[in-house]
Amino acid sequence: MIVTSPGWTSVRESFFSWYWFRHSFSDVLSAFWLDVKMFLILEAIVLVFALLVALCRNSRAPALFPLRLVATVYTDLFRGIPTILLIFLFGFGIPGLAIKGVPTDPLVLGGAALVLSYSAYVAEVYRAGIDSVHTAQTAAALAVGLTRGQAMRYVVVPQAVRRVVPPLLNDFISLQKDVALLSILGVIEALRQAEIDQGLNFNSTPLVAAALLYICVTVPLARVLDHMQARARRRQQAVMV
Amino acid sequence: MTAVLELRGVTKSYGDRQVLKGIDLTVNEHNAVALIGASGSGKSTLLRCIDLLEDIDDGDVLLDGEVITDPSVDPIKIRRRLGLVFQAFNLFPNMTIAENVALGPRRAHREPKDEALARAHELLERFGLEGRERDYPDRLSGGQQQRVAIVRALATNPRALLLDEVTSALDPELVGEVLAVIRDLKRDGMTMVIATHEMAFARDVADEVCFLHEGLIAERGSAEQILTDPQRPETQRFLRRILETQRL
Repeated sequence: MIVTSPGWTSVRESFFSWYWFRHSFSDVLSAFWLDVKMFLILEAIVLVFALLVALCRNSRAPALFPLRLVATVYTDLFRGIPTILLIFLFGFGIPGLAIKGVPTDPLVLGGAALVLSYSAYVAEVYRAGIDSVHTAQTAAALAVGLTRGQAMRYVVVPQAVRRVVPPLLNDFISLQKDVALLSILGVIEALRQAEIDQGLNFNSTPLVAAALLYICVTVPLARVLDHMQARARRRQQAVMV
Repeated sequence: MTAVLELRGVTKSYGDRQVLKGIDLTVNEHNAVALIGASGSGKSTLLRCIDLLEDIDDGDVLLDGEVITDPSVDPIKIRRRLGLVFQAFNLFPNMTIAENVALGPRRAHREPKDEALARAHELLERFGLEGRERDYPDRLSGGQQQRVAIVRALATNPRALLLDEVTSALDPELVGEVLAVIRDLKRDGMTMVIATHEMAFARDVADEVCFLHEGLIAERGSAEQILTDPQRPETQRFLRRILETQRL
């Protein structure tokens, strides 16, 4: 269908040109390293920050009520705002305020927007995991003399994290792609570099090259995810027998 | 005789439902008190209230003469002096058997890791669980898991051990090994409160049997007396029902 369509020849020339692919691939690849680096750094921060948010939301002590409130408002708010809008707000709004000492680097600001947006989702994933660990486990931990905090740390959270690894990896893949949104702040990552090459040569093949690079990372990640889900299923069945 | 545990007029409600309607109970040192009664009669709730996992509405619980249900008492410190074993074992699946046993000593009593693990190995060996220290709980049979749970409760040298229907979740052929452990503990002088459906076992180990009915101790006495010559019609009815499935 595609190959026999009337416009195929021109589309093939502008998107799938082997010549332009080779011409721009090294440019896009070196820009793609920035995506990979950003992804790894942001993901690490998200994993830690989101867990803190989840723990705040799950806290029970009356003294921690303000923290619980802040965490709840945060997740509601940041899950409600489109990620691209957050990146705009952070990347152009914060430098516009011209406050001394506040960074203006688009990598930092855009990265912060991504962290805040993704942490709101990931915190909810953690929270679901924490809630899924049976209260009997907490009771058993308290019965051996642990404090509530220790029960969380040594008994509940380790089990919760193990359970939510598949949905966490799902958010991983999503974040890996959304690093490309930083291009709207002028960060020269793979997508931006591809656009530059596209503009220079009036040929869109560099965009396809960028897409290929994203796939090279996300597909293996997805396979790892499938594998882990299958393993989790097997474990669950083993427990039920 | 020193009273280790004492309950005075303990009441507990969940919403509108009053589960405990005024429980008085004294457990002397080295004694075992068996709580019998139908499901829902309040046995488990009573044990959870003693371990301060549930707040009581009224009355007092005393441990070695100290009122532990007073709001000024830190429940964590009290739980460190008591051991509780659950019906469903509740072992920590993310830890090995030895780590399960050593968790309380390490984290609650701040023992050094090596010391706590060495003692865990020692205790596990004493209860016939040597060689399983590095296994995870799901590799063990139900009977073994429950024995580990008992060892875990013993690891912190509790003043008294609370056992909540510890054989009810087990296959019949695994009940014996767990009861044998409790008999050993009784012989060694452990103070115990045992909620159980095993009447023959209660007669074996219990110095006193209390029959719980609708949130009250309807009848109490020596095991022999309650189990062979119950006075109250509720007790007679309950025992008759139990006897249809078990033999004394």
